Amino acid sequence: MSEEHWEKKELENFLKEISEAHGVSGYEDLVAGPIERAFAKYVDETRRDNLGNLIFYKKGKRDTAPRLMFCAHMDEIGLIVTFVEKKGFLRFNALGGFDVRTLPGQEVKIYGKEIYSGVIGQLPSHLRKGEQKEKAPEIKDLFIDTGLPEEVVRDRIDIGAVVALQREFIPLRHRCRAGKAFDDRAGVALLWQCACELSRMDHEAHVYLVATVQEEVGIRGAMVSTYGLTPDLGVAVDVCHGDIPGAAEHEVSPLGKGPVITSGPNIHPRLAERLMAVGKDYGIPFEQDISPGPTGTDARAIQVSRDGIPTALLSVPLRYMHTSVESLDLDDLKGGGRLLAFFAAGADRSFVEGLACF
Amino acid sequence: MFLKELSELPGVSGNEGQVRSFIQAKLSAWGIRYDCDTIGNLYAYKETKFRNGKGEANLMLAAHMDEVGLMVSAVEKSGHLRFYKVGGIDERFLVSRPVRIGNAGIKGVIGAKAIHLQKKEERGKPLPVNKLYIDIGAKDKDDALKVVKVGDYVSFLAHAEEFQGIFKGKALDNRAGCAALLEILQRDYPGSFTAVFTVQEEIGCRGARVAAYRLNPRLALVLETTVAADLPDVEEKDHVTQLGKGPAFTLQDSSIVTHPRVLERLIAVAREGGIPYQFRRYSGASTDAGAISLAHGGVPAGVISNPCRYLHSPASILNLDDWRNQVEVVDGFIRSVLAKGL
Repeated sequence: MSEEHWEKKELENFLKEISEAHGVSGYEDLVAGPIERAFAKYVDETRRDNLGNLIFYKKGKRDTAPRLMFCAHMDEIGLIVTFVEKKGFLRFNALGGFDVRTLPGQEVKIYGKEIYSGVIGQLPSHLRKGEQKEKAPEIKDLFIDTGLPEEVVRDRIDIGAVVALQREFIPLRHRCRAGKAFDDRAGVALLWQCACELSRMDHEAHVYLVATVQEEVGIRGAMVSTYGLTPDLGVAVDVCHGDIPGAAEHEVSPLGKGPVITSGPNIHPRLAERLMAVGKDYGIPFEQDISPGPTGTDARAIQVSRDGIPTALLSVPLRYMHTSVESLDLDDLKGGGRLLAFFAAGADRSFVEGLACF
Repeated sequence: MFLKELSELPGVSGNEGQVRSFIQAKLSAWGIRYDCDTIGNLYAYKETKFRNGKGEANLMLAAHMDEVGLMVSAVEKSGHLRFYKVGGIDERFLVSRPVRIGNAGIKGVIGAKAIHLQKKEERGKPLPVNKLYIDIGAKDKDDALKVVKVGDYVSFLAHAEEFQGIFKGKALDNRAGCAALLEILQRDYPGSFTAVFTVQEEIGCRGARVAAYRLNPRLALVLETTVAADLPDVEEKDHVTQLGKGPAFTLQDSSIVTHPRVLERLIAVAREGGIPYQFRRYSGASTDAGAISLAHGGVPAGVISNPCRYLHSPASILNLDDWRNQVEVVDGFIRSVLAKGL
C-alpha cells in the first residue's frame, strides 16, 4: 500500500468516525473526543474555550508572525425532546434547519439517562384524509417511538433530552461517500488534512485550527473563537451545495472537481485571490462561486468580529445537505486540505499587512 | 429465530431468490422435503414422524417472502437512477435513505434537494416519487451502467435490531410470517401439512393463487403482518391493531371474509392456550388468503397477523411477544385440525 493510499484511507476513516458520532448543536461533547484524538499528533497545543470550541494550535516561527484561524463547525442538526405523550411517544423540536419531509422513518438515538434507540413515526398512510395527503408533515405531526413502556420513558428520558440521527457511513462508487453530518464534519476532516500536510511544511505563521460549536443554530461558536483568538485573518471551511438534478447550475458546484472558493461581500478579495493563486501554483483543482450577502457559514461571524477580520470561505461540494445521506467526494477534502496548508505556509507578515487599505 | 437474517435480505416482489435460498438451506439442514414451482413459490412438506399420524387434514400454511421496493426504470445522463415503485411502498419514507441495487447489492442513496434551495411552497408539499432518484456516486451514465441496469430491483439498506423488547427492521411484512413458519417447521406434529413461502403478494397475491391451485388444500391459514396504528393523534377505534396485544385475527379484508369455522377455531385455540389475541379492525388491503380461498372449488381460509408499526418502511417495528404468540396460536391450530379436522 502506497503512502498516498494509506493517507487517503486515514482521512476516510476519520470522516467515517466523526460522521457516525453524535454532537448536535450545543451538545458537541461526544464528537469533540474523537476530533481531539485525531488532531493531537499534528498540533502543539489543544484547548477548549468557554463555549466548547475546540482549538488546535500549531506554532509559528516567532511572536510577531501572523496568526491565522481556520475553522469548521463540529455541530450537527438534531432534535430535542419537548413532551412525553401517553404510551411514551416523544414529541420534539428541531435544533437546526430540517426538511421535515426527510424525518419520517429515520432512526435516532435519544440521550436520556442512557442512550436509547428510536424511530420517527407519523400517521399511517391509509388514515390520511383529503388535504392531509397534499401537505407535507410538520414537526408537530411527528413523534419518536422508543418501544419503551410509558413509565420507563418518563423515568429515563427527560424533557430536553437531545436526539441525534443514526446513520452508518455509506461508501458509494469511486471516491463518493454518503452519510449524516457531513455538514460540517467534512470541514473538520478537511482541517485535519490541512494539519497533516502542515506538519511536513515550513510555515512562518501561527495556525489555529478550530472545530467550532453551534453553527447550525446561529453561527455562535465562531463569533466567540474569533474574539478569543484575535487572528490576523480567518478562513471558514464549510460545505456548499453539490450538483443535483433539479437545481439550477449556478446554485450548485460539481463533486470531485476540487474545493470551492467563494467571492462576495463576506469575503476579503485578496484572500480569495490568494487561495486561487495557491491552487494554480500547486496544481490543486478548485471551483469558484459567489455569494451576494453574508454567507450561511462561520465566515459571517468572523468578518465582523472585533474591529473586523479579513475572511475567506473554502467549501466542500455536498449533495442533499441536511439529510442523513449527504454525499461528497473524498478528493475534494484532500485537495482542500492541501490548498489550505499551502496557503498557510505562504502567509507571511507582508501578506497580512497588505490586507488593510486594499 | 431467523427474523434478523430474513429482514436484512433483499426480496422485492419478483426477485425473492435470496430469501428463498436462505429458507431452502434451513429446510435442507432440517431434512425437510421441499420443491419450487415456476413462479418461485417454495413448498415445504412437513411429514409426520409418528406412524399412526392421520395426515389427512391437507392443511396449507402460507407466508409471503416478498417485500415492497423499487425497480430501476432509467439511467440518466448524469448517472442518477430513476425508479418505479414495486408494490405499495410508502413514498413518504423514501427520501434521506440508503438503498441496495441489484443482486450485487450496489449501494446508493435517495437524497432530497437541500432545504436551503427550496421555495417555501415546495417545502409544504410531499416529495413526489417521480422527482426522486438514486445516487450511486457514478460519474455519468456509462459509469453507472458498469454496475447497474434498467430492471434491477432496489430494496432498503437497513439493519434489523432488537431493542427494548421490540424488533425493528425493513420487510417485517412479511419476513415475520416467514420466520414464524420456520419456527413451526422445526417442531414435531402428529400429521402432515404443507408450508408455502409465496412470492409476489405485494403486487396482487399472485404466488398464492398458483400455490393453492397446485396444492388444492382443504384448509388454509395465512401468516401475515399488518398495520398497527396505535399512535399519537390516532383515535383508538382507528388503531387497526395494537402492539403487545397478541396476534391479530382478520374478520374481513378486501380479498376475503374469513371462513367462520377457521375464525372460531383460532379463537378457541388462543383461549384454551391462554394466548392473547386481537382482531384486525380494518377492512382494507388484500392477503394471500383471498387468492387461496378462491382456488378450485373454494378453500376455507383465515389470516393471523403480526401487528407492525410503520409497515412498508425501512424501520418497521413489531413486538416480539406478539410474534411468539403468533407461533403458539398457529402451532395450536395445526394440532387442533390434525386431531379433529375443521
